[in-house]
Amino acid sequence: MHVSSSSSLRKPFPSLLSLVLFLGFVVLACTPSANALPAFARKYGLRCSACHESWPMLNYFGQKFKDNGYQLMNDRDSPIWQNPGYWPVTFRIIPLWHRVSTGKVPIDTYSGGAISGSQIQKITSSGFDLSGLDFHTGGTLEKNFSFYVLPSSDATASFHFETVMARLDNLFGSSWLNLKLGKFELDNLLSEKRILTLTGNGGIYQLYHFTPVGDGNIFGQMGDNQLGLEVMGHSWNDRTRYSAALLSSNDGNVGLPYGNAYTGFFAASQAFDAGKLGVQRVGFYAMAGEAPTYWLTQGGALFGGANGTGPAAIGNKSFSREGFVGQFYFGQHVDLQVVTQHGEDSAWFGQGYGDLIDGVAGSNNVPGTTLPAGSQNPTWNGVLLEPHYIYSPQLIFIGRYETIRMSQQANGSGYAGPAGPSASNLGNISTYTIGYRYNPFMTSRAGFAWHNEYNWLHQDGTGPLVGLNNTNINTSELLLGFDFDF
Amino acid sequence: MQRNTLRNWSLLLGATVALAFPVASSAQLTKYDLEKTLNTEAHVGNLTGHAKDGAADYRRYCVGCHGELGDGNGENAVWIDPKPRNFQLGVFKCRSTPTGTLPTDEDLFDSIARGFDRSNMPQWSNLTKQERVDLVAWIKHFSPRYISDKAGTPIQIAPEPAVTPERIKAGRDVFARVQCWKCHGVLGQADGPSASTLTDDLGRVILPFNFHEGARPKCGDTDQDIYRIFMTGLDGTPMPSYADNIKPDEAWDLVFYLRTLMSQKSKEKDMAKTLGLKPVDPNAPAGQQ
Repeated sequence: MHVSSSSSLRKPFPSLLSLVLFLGFVVLACTPSANALPAFARKYGLRCSACHESWPMLNYFGQKFKDNGYQLMNDRDSPIWQNPGYWPVTFRIIPLWHRVSTGKVPIDTYSGGAISGSQIQKITSSGFDLSGLDFHTGGTLEKNFSFYVLPSSDATASFHFETVMARLDNLFGSSWLNLKLGKFELDNLLSEKRILTLTGNGGIYQLYHFTPVGDGNIFGQMGDNQLGLEVMGHSWNDRTRYSAALLSSNDGNVGLPYGNAYTGFFAASQAFDAGKLGVQRVGFYAMAGEAPTYWLTQGGALFGGANGTGPAAIGNKSFSREGFVGQFYFGQHVDLQVVTQHGEDSAWFGQGYGDLIDGVAGSNNVPGTTLPAGSQNPTWNGVLLEPHYIYSPQLIFIGRYETIRMSQQANGSGYAGPAGPSASNLGNISTYTIGYRYNPFMTSRAGFAWHNEYNWLHQDGTGPLVGLNNTNINTSELLLGFDFDF
Repeated sequence: MQRNTLRNWSLLLGATVALAFPVASSAQLTKYDLEKTLNTEAHVGNLTGHAKDGAADYRRYCVGCHGELGDGNGENAVWIDPKPRNFQLGVFKCRSTPTGTLPTDEDLFDSIARGFDRSNMPQWSNLTKQERVDLVAWIKHFSPRYISDKAGTPIQIAPEPAVTPERIKAGRDVFARVQCWKCHGVLGQADGPSASTLTDDLGRVILPFNFHEGARPKCGDTDQDIYRIFMTGLDGTPMPSYADNIKPDEAWDLVFYLRTLMSQKSKEKDMAKTLGLKPVDPNAPAGQQ
């Protein structure tokens, strides 16, 4: 694919952006291989591409390795086979430049040097930035005993434990029985923790975090790592797999201040050999649980009960998420990841009760509280489509379309509260993401990707008020960065 | 001007010879050589594999150890023990074919899915059968042997008889007679008197299989697999073929005895315990174990 210098000069660059992209590509194409030793690759001597469709997204082999408790099952998994100096640690951080544009932001207007009012305007800002820093450490403690610890920071180096878990594998000699305890990612086949995109809205799966407008349930976020116990199992070749987890309904926050509520998460999938197309996988997941809507104590004393249901009541309300997952491959270059979701929250969450963790909830549930007439369980449906074109293990093109549509609003047609009934489309989301990741080298020592991505997100009815109605809001982000781990 | 031109040509010629010499003196194939065999095929059951179709998977999964040219010199090779296979040599341990012959496509196909315990070669059971047979074709395209030779004919494995205490004792006699203990040790713990002296065909130190450690034998762990291992030998290693020294019936006796040395539970192990079977005595006269 050599391009002669004369042909490259025929057309002027259309914009500064093109120049930046071109120069970035040229610089990266000349980058020599690194000699670092990241955790699992250093241990097993496999290239990143063996386990990752494109780093960090796992391919089937990588999923099997993970399901085996970070073991290749070659009888060399125990650390006693490693050089004693081996320590399985990897860090990851992303220096980047991004441009964020938010439509319909209320800003002050001035007249004669003084604020005279406000108007709605699109705001665009850009600049160089950093991602948070992750320190991944994980692997085997002994054959069939594994762990994962991930202290993670935000961009200001404020750390928290993103993952802390220990795992027992192949209990009773069976791959169908593996046990995990701690804080971990739910068994989402399309893993948000291994997402290939990095922007604020495109760097998460909206489906995994969606809550209706005004909803107080932050506990049902499938994309957040959760505290709990997981039992999972799989066939020897990982074609068939299942998992069942019991989780504290605290969205992964440590401590016990939020009541006694639990959530269950169940997932199962089956893969099929489709010849030259590759291995196809279909499955489903279901998350159902209860979460608290008030503190266990009030004014230093035990809470006396709620909703007139007596002292045994603990104010827990229910929620559920369930859907289909598909991983479809069309040869060695094209694949399509699909996730659907039907979600439902209790009407109590719909009215803003429940978010006790960050104190954002509109109000806490107190004895005698009743919901306004016309309150109903908010429900919604969504779908996520993510196609990939893998030119080679070093270059992947990514696309994503997500849409979430409310099927029932918390404030129904007969809602008697002060806000009145909600528009049927309030909170609906559509988002598109496109991008590519180019790895200038592919070894078993380190990961480095030149990352370029654009995301556009539209949400109905969450912009500022114009007259009596909230407006729709659009945000977009362009990002260029060096994503590396070592 | 003419003199300068002549000098430049001389320098160029000298540089070319100097650069070409190390290449010419090595038997290693180049990318140019390998382009001639890109049409290599593999056949397993109803599937036909095409070398070109295996290239992408080879690059994704295999190249880090086996190298771009299939010579076992991937960037990880220096760190790995045992070393990755050099496909250019066309010499493979795990075969159903007689010693010295090429393996069948199915042998390579099975090896990819089975992996090799106690090595860095994992089980690539994630691949579809078509992907694996394409990889077999790609592996074959590295070796000139596949141009000149055909795969050997798989050996015949006699039907497996029932296990009896007598057969286990007879297997111990075979173990002593063909001197398995010299490398594998009298208890199968890889500590025979020759164990520390072994090297493979490339002169690299190699250890005999330790039956006691609980690992799967490299070429499969069924009774048929074990039978096949000592009847075909592991080419490229000091493990020879015993096809000329052991009759099929004796081979099954040896399989049963080897089971008693393994740490895994087995009926052979239980029978040996009941018998009070003792390890071979290297100093015992022939036939008097």
